[in-house]
Amino acid sequence: MHRRIIFAVAAVMVALMLICGCIGTTTDPTPVEKQQLRIATTTSLYDTKLLDHLTPIFEEKYNAEVLIVSAGTGKAIEYGQRGDVDVLMVHDRAREDAFIADGYGINRRVFAYNYFVLVGPESDPAAIKGMQPEAAFTAIREKGMADEDVVFVSRGDASGTHSKEKAIWKGAGFNYSTDVQGSGDWYQEAGTGMGATLALTNEKQAYTLSDIGTYLAYKGDLDLVALVDEGDILLNVYCAMEINPEKYPDTNTTVAKDWVNFLISDDIQKEIASFGVDQYGQPLFYAAQDDWEKIGVTEAEVKDPIA
Amino acid sequence: MYEIVEGFLEAIRLIVTLDPDVMAIAARSIVISLTATIIASLIAVPLGAAINFGTFPGRKSLINLIQTLYSLPTVIVGLLIFLLISRVGPFGFMRLLFTPTAMIIAQTVLILPIMTGLTISALSGVDPVIRDTLRSLGATRLQFLVNILKEARFAILATVAVGFGRAISEVGAAILVGGNIAASSFASSTRVLTTAISLETSMGNISQSIALGLVLLAIALGVNLAITTVQHR
Repeated sequence: MHRRIIFAVAAVMVALMLICGCIGTTTDPTPVEKQQLRIATTTSLYDTKLLDHLTPIFEEKYNAEVLIVSAGTGKAIEYGQRGDVDVLMVHDRAREDAFIADGYGINRRVFAYNYFVLVGPESDPAAIKGMQPEAAFTAIREKGMADEDVVFVSRGDASGTHSKEKAIWKGAGFNYSTDVQGSGDWYQEAGTGMGATLALTNEKQAYTLSDIGTYLAYKGDLDLVALVDEGDILLNVYCAMEINPEKYPDTNTTVAKDWVNFLISDDIQKEIASFGVDQYGQPLFYAAQDDWEKIGVTEAEVKDPIA
Repeated sequence: MYEIVEGFLEAIRLIVTLDPDVMAIAARSIVISLTATIIASLIAVPLGAAINFGTFPGRKSLINLIQTLYSLPTVIVGLLIFLLISRVGPFGFMRLLFTPTAMIIAQTVLILPIMTGLTISALSGVDPVIRDTLRSLGATRLQFLVNILKEARFAILATVAVGFGRAISEVGAAILVGGNIAASSFASSTRVLTTAISLETSMGNISQSIALGLVLLAIALGVNLAITTVQHR
């Protein structure tokens, strides 16, 4: 009987140890506690594996641990607004400005850019190849209303890409919610990340707007080709910013600053510019450092480290 | 079809070579779900016993409520926990969002009703003759409880298995409160089998998904085999 009691006590202790082992970040075996950096990022930076490429360099250099939550820009901004992360990395200028104006973010720095691209089936049933983006969108809409083989897949998830898509519809003279969203089966919303949206578009042999990085990263598995890749409106600028420590005092500001400064440092700008070249034959991102005029931001935003 | 076959072969390769990524994700799934199951058991079994043997007003309604909560949608649990532990939420100061702890909490909440309910069923299923015998032999309250629990131990074990199965196969809440993070340390990552399958499928890495799916099935099978072995002893 005593033996049984000892067993029972031992079992409870093992169970408790298991629980503590899981919950207890306090029982970390490493002597020096690593700084944790939480980043909410747009899916394109994650799906292209750019962050996977950069984080080990950062972790080594700053003895930090980078935790990445990848979501569309809308959701990432929501995480930022709730103070659940230390750094926000997105690509939607209008909403970034609003985020900063509302006091949630500070120290915005631009570290990379590339272009959006309108992709579709090789047969190009709406005949948009080489058109300007606005004209191409108009053609897809017109053909889509008449011909059920023409389908446009939208991210539909309040992401940066989705914002850009809406901007192009607006530029083409349409009211997004009435002329596009509610106008017929030709327009479909995936409600998910860029990679999944491309896969869905491929299944349907439809058109979609993608950032070039994710498209190139997925291209091998897709039968979709880039049909429209020129036009000022297609410019895609990526920024990183700190979550305002005045709003959320226990934000990890030191390591957040380190991360943003790391992204705009010369070495990392070179890493970004060369990332993917050996695999895709062209870069997935361009470094922002020397092209600030071209992408419409100030020199300070691409070069000045956060103090 | 070719893709599936190829995926299976690759999956088997990843498993037999003990691919470190796959193994780490599997181990994390087990640790998180097992912890949630242990915590839920420690609450659900006494609670189930109290409800089963207790006499209090509203007992029937309470049992009904618990049974309704069996079908609690996982994303609702996820949303609820998210709102509670997000930094601006009431428990935000604990900084639990996007940690394995958050996933343990969500899974515990999720499986608590089903484990409590099944415990009640297990205890009420004990042969009345045994109960009467215990009483007539003059068992104290504690002796009575211990002996009934002992009689019902296989059914309760099955309850634990059901709880674990539901916890480890859950994806909606896990991705909401965990965030599907792959970090450099094991303890900070929140990528588990289900969320990894969801992500890998969306990235078109079918073979990786199949491998993770097979591991998930193997774990479920293993747990069931273990339970069955114990029950037949």
